[in-house]
Parts: sequence; C-alpha cells; structure tokens
Amino acid sequence: MSYIWLILLLPALGVIINGFFARWVGRRGVSWIGPGVVGLAFLVACRAFFDIWALPADGRLVEEVFYTWIGSGRFTVEMALQIDPLSVVMMLVVTGVGFLIHVYSVGYMHDDPGYTRYFTYLNLFTLSMLVLVSANNFLLMFIGWEAVGLCSYLLIGFWFERDSAANAGMKAFIVNRIGDFGFLVGMMLIFVTFGTLDFTEVFHAAPGALALGGPTATLIALLLFVGAVGKSAQIPLYVWLPDAMEGPTPVSALIHAATMVTAGVYMLARCSALYVLAPFALAVVATVGVATALFAATIGLVQNDIKRVLAYSTVSQLGYMFTACGVGAFGAAIFHLMMHAFFKALLFLGAGSVIHGMGGEQDIQKMGALRRHMPVTHVTFLIASLAIAGIFPFAGFFSKDEILFSAFASGHYGVWAVAVFTAFLTAFYMFRLHFLIFHGTSRVDREMARHIHESPRVMTRPLAVLAVLSAVGGFVGIPIIYGGNKIGAFLAPALAHTEAHAPHAGVGTELGLMAFSLAVAAVGIALAWRWYLARPEVPGRIAQRYRTLYRLLLNKYFVDEIYDDLVVRPARVGSEAVYQRFDLRVIDGAVNGAGALVRSFASAIRVYQTGYVRNYALSILVGVVLVMAYYLWL
Amino acid sequence: MTVGLAHYLFVSAVLFSLGVVGVMVRRNAIIIFMSIELMLNAVNLTFVAFGRFHHTLDGQLFVFFVMVVAAAEAVVGLAIIISVFRLRESVDVDRMNLFKW
Repeated sequence: MSYIWLILLLPALGVIINGFFARWVGRRGVSWIGPGVVGLAFLVACRAFFDIWALPADGRLVEEVFYTWIGSGRFTVEMALQIDPLSVVMMLVVTGVGFLIHVYSVGYMHDDPGYTRYFTYLNLFTLSMLVLVSANNFLLMFIGWEAVGLCSYLLIGFWFERDSAANAGMKAFIVNRIGDFGFLVGMMLIFVTFGTLDFTEVFHAAPGALALGGPTATLIALLLFVGAVGKSAQIPLYVWLPDAMEGPTPVSALIHAATMVTAGVYMLARCSALYVLAPFALAVVATVGVATALFAATIGLVQNDIKRVLAYSTVSQLGYMFTACGVGAFGAAIFHLMMHAFFKALLFLGAGSVIHGMGGEQDIQKMGALRRHMPVTHVTFLIASLAIAGIFPFAGFFSKDEILFSAFASGHYGVWAVAVFTAFLTAFYMFRLHFLIFHGTSRVDREMARHIHESPRVMTRPLAVLAVLSAVGGFVGIPIIYGGNKIGAFLAPALAHTEAHAPHAGVGTELGLMAFSLAVAAVGIALAWRWYLARPEVPGRIAQRYRTLYRLLLNKYFVDEIYDDLVVRPARVGSEAVYQRFDLRVIDGAVNGAGALVRSFASAIRVYQTGYVRNYALSILVGVVLVMAYYLWL
Repeated sequence: MTVGLAHYLFVSAVLFSLGVVGVMVRRNAIIIFMSIELMLNAVNLTFVAFGRFHHTLDGQLFVFFVMVVAAAEAVVGLAIIISVFRLRESVDVDRMNLFKW
C-alpha cells in the first residue's frame, strides 16, 4: 500500500502551491487546487479502505515505513503510517467531509481578501489531521496533534483585524497547551514504561507489562485523557470552543465540529488497549463525558447566536463520544464521531448559508420564517436537526442509541439516565434553533428582508451531499440484526474491549431502549414546537419566572469569568510582579552590570593607546630587547 | 690587521642602532622613513658578511629580497606620507594621532 503516501503528499502540494505560488495560479487556480487536492486525497482514502476491506478481518493492519526519523540508542521513531480500520475510517471522514467543506468555502469565502491564505491554512489543516490519524507512533501523532492546533489558531484568528477573533485564537491555543502538556507527559511515561512509542508494540506489550487497574496504567490513561480533554473541549477545558466561532463558518464546520475536536476521541479509541487496563480512568472518562454533555446542552438551551448554539451542541456531542469511550464502547464512539461529522458539518454549513444570506446576521432572535427564502438550506438543516435529535432513521439515531445502549448494558445506569436527559435537551434546543430560524413570523428588519437570498450552488451542493449522508449514513451501523452492525464489526479488530462490555443485553431490551429514547427526542421536539411556534410568549414568561437560572445559563454559568478571576488575572498580576522584580532587577541588572564592568576596566587601560606611532615603536623595541635578553642570559 | 666577521657585525650593529634611535627621536616622517631604510641596510650588511664568511650565496640572495621589500615599503610609505601632508600640510608624526580612542 505504498500509494498511501499520496494522501499526505496531495494536501502538502496544495499548501505549497496555494501558499507560495498563488500569484502564478491566480484566484481561479486556488479555487481548483484547494478543494481538488483534498478530493484526490479522498479517492486515495477510498482505495485504502477497499484494500483494507479485502484483507481478512484479523490481518487488517498495514504499516508503511518511510524512513527512520529518529534513531538514538534504544529510542527509535519511524516516519511511518499505520493503515487499519480505525485510521481508514478517520481518513475517509477527514478527506470526505473536508472536501465538501473546501468546495463550500469557494462560495462562502468568495469575496474575502484573504482567499488564498484561507485555502493554504485549510489544506495545511487537512495535512496535519491526516498525519494525526494515520501516524503509527505517539510522536508522529503528536506532531499532527500540535499542527492541527496551530491551524485551528490560524483559522480562528483568520480575521485578525478584529480583536475578538485574535483573542479567541490565543485563548484556543493557550487552553490547548494545558491539554498538550498532559499528552506529552503521558507519552514520556509510555516511553519509560515500554521503551518504545510505536502503537503496535505498545499495545501488544500493554497487557503483560501493566497490571489491570495498576497505578502506571491509570496514570498513563489519565494523562492522555488530559490531552483529549483539551483538544476535544471537555470540562474543564471546553471554554475555547465557543469562542472559536469567531473564525469563518466553514472553519467551524471542519475544524471545530467535524474533525479536529474529535481527535481526542480518536486518541482514546486508538489507545483503547491501555484504557481497558485502567477501569478507574475509564470511570473518569465516562463521568467527564456525560457531565460535559449535560452541562453544554443546558447552556445551549438559551443562547441566541446561531453558531454558539451549535458550538455548545458540539461540546455536548463530544461528551457523548467520551461517555461511549468511558463505558468501554469505543466502536460506538467512533461511529458517533463519524455520524456527528456528517450532521454537525451540515448544521454549521447550513448556519453559514443562513449567515451568508442574511448578510452577516447571527442572532436567531432577528431571523424567522426563512424557509421561503432558503428552501435548500431549510430542508438540509431540518435533516441535520432530526439526525442530531436522534429521530429514526437518521444518522444520529443509530449512533446515539448505540452509546445509550452500551451505557445501559454495561450497568452504568446513572450515566445512561443523564445521557437520555441530555438527548431530550438536545432535541429541544436544536428544534428551538430550527423553528426560530426557519419558521414562525419573520423578525427580520424590512431593509434586510429584501436582500435575503438562497446561497449559490457551490454552497448548496455540499449541503445536499451531507444531507444524504446524515439521512442514510446511520445504516452502516444498524444494531439488533446480527451482522447488521457493519461499522462495529469493521472497527472491532482495531479496538480493545472491556470485560464489562461483554455481557450483551437482549434484543428486547435494545428495542425498548430505542423506543424510549425516540419518545424522549420526540417530546423534546414537541416542546420546542409548542413553546416557540404555537405559543411564542411562553419562553419569555419562563425566563421571567426563573430569572436567576436563566441568567446563569445565558452567561454560561459564569465559567469564563471564574477562570478569569482564578487563573488569568492572578497569572497577569504574578507575571507583572516577576517582571518588575526579577526581569528588571536581576536579569537586566546582570546584563548591565557586565557591561559596566567592561566599561570601567577599559577606561582604566585605554590611556595606553596614545595614537602616537613612536610610542608603539618604543614598546615594540622594549619587547624585542626583553625577548633577546631572555634568550641570551636566561 | 685583518678585517674579520666581527668588524662587519659591529658596523652593522652601529648602523642599526642609529636607525632605531632615529625612528625613536625624530619627528619628521621622512627622516623616520630614512632611519627605517638605514636599519634594513644594516641587516643587508649582516647578510652579506655572513654569506662571505660561510662561503655561500644565500646571504646575497636574501639581500635581494630585502631590497625588493624595502622598495615596495618605500612606495607605500611615501604615498601615505604624501596623503597625510595633503591633509595636514605637515609631516610631523607627533601631530598624527588619529589611531586614538
């Protein structure tokens, strides 16, 4: 499978051409090359998928070694890619969804002065993400991990002339640093324990080298999870993701919804062999995941910025994925990751289409009844909303249900209950968003109303493709019918399984749970319909009655303010004090002191440099006489 | 009385010392220059004397080199003195202290 290098080479080529030769290829050239290289990479990923599929189930692991990157004593790191079911699925998602978003961007960013810069960054992101998902060792994965963080920073701050965008970029970068620190330390601990960073070797040696539930296994798992928490925006490091919405909307769709933020979930699934050895770490993962899911969903209930609602929804859905990992259902997490990539990318692109049509307006209170103006956006957005709410037979129904079922079947009833309640909230806030944008009475001001228009075809076509995927994508993972869960069976060899996951509940239980969660979602939608379409005065009354709660939610539990007081301000004050005391006095003092010392010494001896040639000649003569005297008499 | 090596070396040493003293005490750059030439020629005399008494031609050969270097040095040195004179209208070395801090 040596052709797999093309999947990295193509986006790299796009970066080079768009980054350095944009003037030669022109704007038209960039419009073709940017999406084109990602589309070709998608074809490579498809070929890799079919080649892997053709192999026997237990032999689906191909490693392509390019060269030895670092060889120093016992420490060897190869520049090598690993192609197995897990990485192939991720490659397909990254390049497939990525390609659609690149195409969409051609329309969305059409009039932006930073057009070529945008596509350079976007291609660079695709390259980095592919390195992340296809690396065969922790270090190469970490390279991709850091590089996607960099691209995220560059694209959040894409409109850096705006202070809020520049600050949001820095916030994302700094918060991610905290997580990366955990990842890095975890990686070092893995090297110390196993003597290698190669995935296959580490996971092969793990059951023998680490005791089940032992301190080393738990510590490694928790440290890696810290990295995942930062990258995938979980409590307590989720704060950067809502702010990341300052970037262009297609970027939010690609990086902050479909691919990059799911890197943490991918990493947990990749390291499932380590996590099954650390039940305590898994319990932490499940708790953090489900808490984040609920927490973010409650904030999403009252937000009025269309992109912020979707951002909190993303945090919430990522929480679901971690919940799945935490209860040992890594396959379900990856399945949900894939479905989420479809419908969340679609939601964001739909939101972008709405914002585009409304001339930049993002406040859903100033929208309404847009379905007549934007029929394609309306229908595709509806499909995505149904998918995320978990309505049969859309994508989210199957993946979310598998997570709920896994939680229930493995005996995590508390987790299950919270997750089901979150599903209810999800259905409610998504349809609140949907109804406020597309239905009801128009709250658009007159002047604006005349300019509302459907987006151009280059933007609506990707919406249509994603809508099809969101509608039928779930069928790759139909449960119940034995052998129907194609994706689960495909991923199984690449993942480890916990003991707790083994006892399967019966088909009856599964059907019952399905019906129950379907009913819960339906109630959520019905409630949204009743409050926001049938009786639009109700939400205001409720907000009035529970004013404290409403303010708490509207201000996102004041978490940003708390972090500001607890972390940001003390850090500023402390830095200022250190600057005044240490930098100015000690460091500058040492440097200036060295200078002053040289100066005073020089001024003492410079009087001997008279500038008179005769003085110099005399000193030469004296020197000659002394040397001769030494040789003659001594 | 036969004239031996020592006599030549003594004359040479006297000439060389005269040159050194000239460089040290005179202020006119041209005189200093001539004193330097005096020292070079004192060395030449030593070379020739040693060559004669050792029955080799090496000493005389070296003298040619010294003369070539002396000629080149005279060209450069006089050129410098002329430019200094154009600048300052003087060749007094005590007034040439540009190489000072």
